[in-house]
Amino acid sequence: MAYLTDDPIDPRALVASVMRDSDGAYVLFEGVVRNHHEGKAVESIFYDAYRPMAEKEMDAIVRELGARYPQCALAVVHRLGRLFVGDSSIAIVASSPHRAEAFEACRMMIDRIKETVPIWKKERGPDGEEWLGWQGNGRQGRC
Amino acid sequence: MQVRLLFFAVLRDIAGTDERQLAVADGTTARDVWQSLRREYAKLTDYSQPPMIAINESYAAPETILRDGDELAFIPPVAGG
Repeated sequence: MAYLTDDPIDPRALVASVMRDSDGAYVLFEGVVRNHHEGKAVESIFYDAYRPMAEKEMDAIVRELGARYPQCALAVVHRLGRLFVGDSSIAIVASSPHRAEAFEACRMMIDRIKETVPIWKKERGPDGEEWLGWQGNGRQGRC
Repeated sequence: MQVRLLFFAVLRDIAGTDERQLAVADGTTARDVWQSLRREYAKLTDYSQPPMIAINESYAAPETILRDGDELAFIPPVAGG
């Protein structure tokens, strides 16, 4: 399962969507808006996406990692719109009969999503707003 | 022929719009469209290489020749998560 939402993320529902009786562990990752980035204060972030393509790319990553970690059940949700400090922007869950695969799959999922999924963020702070990643200075987002 | 050009994030701000219909000649590549945008928008002048390119919601090479009705998007560096 891979989808975008404009609403607050419910991580418990995401976990429930993947858990099987055979699972002995799940790893839940949430990316959260923090109050700083490279020394600058951040008050909120606006997330934008090429929605249909972003959902396709996330789904492709879920399927790719599902093949790589066949024991895992995987799901991801990414929130869009304006988020404030402390809000979760993304939640990923990997469940598995044993913990090692779940940790690995969850870690790989967030790394892969950051590489290819067409989602962008515009940070707002006391000094104004800026799109991350492409202002001619090579800055990249990192959570 | 016509292609639908989509703008996202910083490119939307630069172009001042979400999308445009663009008339292009047969044989036009995605890279050709990028070069024409660079001539049109001063803020893109420094970017001789296009960002990532998507055609019909899938990543594609800059040399890809466009077809009538294609949906073309230039993808600035992504920053999800």
